[in-house]
Amino acid sequence: MKAKIHVTLKNGVLDPQGKAIESALDHLGFTGVGAVKVGKYIEVDLHEKNKAAAAAQAQSMCEKLLANMVIEKFAVEIAE
Amino acid sequence: MNSAVIVFPGSNCDRDAFDAMQAAGLKPSYVWHAEASLPKKLDLVVLPGGFSFGDYLRCGAMAARAPIMQDVIRFADKGGYVLGICNGFQILTESGLLPGTLMRNAHLKFRCKDTNLRVEANDSAFLAGYQKGQVVNFPVAHAEGNYFADDDTLKRLHDGDQVALRYATPEGKVTAEANPNGALENIAGITNARKNVLGLMPHPERHADPALGGTDGQVLFKSILTRLAA
Repeated sequence: MKAKIHVTLKNGVLDPQGKAIESALDHLGFTGVGAVKVGKYIEVDLHEKNKAAAAAQAQSMCEKLLANMVIEKFAVEIAE
Repeated sequence: MNSAVIVFPGSNCDRDAFDAMQAAGLKPSYVWHAEASLPKKLDLVVLPGGFSFGDYLRCGAMAARAPIMQDVIRFADKGGYVLGICNGFQILTESGLLPGTLMRNAHLKFRCKDTNLRVEANDSAFLAGYQKGQVVNFPVAHAEGNYFADDDTLKRLHDGDQVALRYATPEGKVTAEANPNGALENIAGITNARKNVLGLMPHPERHADPALGGTDGQVLFKSILTRLAA
């Protein structure tokens, strides 16, 4: 099993990197760009064969290390 | 009395902290992050500045899960004094010893300069040598020092008088211009509720010797000694 994990800032948390990219896109002439948000994508290979157990394991990893729950949220997708 | 500086891969202010502690009479020793336990009969642990583990994942995230940190958390829970400077502050928030977090500076720039700080609370062992409202000068050097906490956490910090230091003008006014990184309410340093853990982004150890251009930081290290000797 492979856990595909997206870690992103919670809504309302200032994202200066997103703002900087937003203005750089504007400089490049990309009009019509709304808010840009920057996050992380993490892949974890798991020995676990059971999908539900793998999801629970990945969730626990996010809570304990991969995400900072003060400012970040995460989404886990389990792939075969 | 004895103290320890924890050394992580990527720490780079460990020797500065060691020297300032030694000069203040705190009898420091170095402790490597992979150790399972702190030396016996310890009064103070300092988590130094630097870029532990290359700032991988998030600043301080890896260091906060290093083997020695389990014992640092136990030590703090028993009332031992823990001081985190710069990356050390980031490690303290990542380990849960202090609330909130340190985000990327609002302007995205690395800031390396002297800052003026207003002492907001002097009832901890670390700041007892300063007057409340006094302005001290410590340098900052960081790209992720933008303190953030949610509303509930901020209220708890206020209620417990845990905001220890704020960025201010030389006259002690807390203004947006004096804020080097966008930190919430100009917060530069906080303590835990019990006041035995202090985290701050500015570097007192870099202004702890006349040769370094300032001595305001000396008082912080001497304050700890005074409290321990009392």
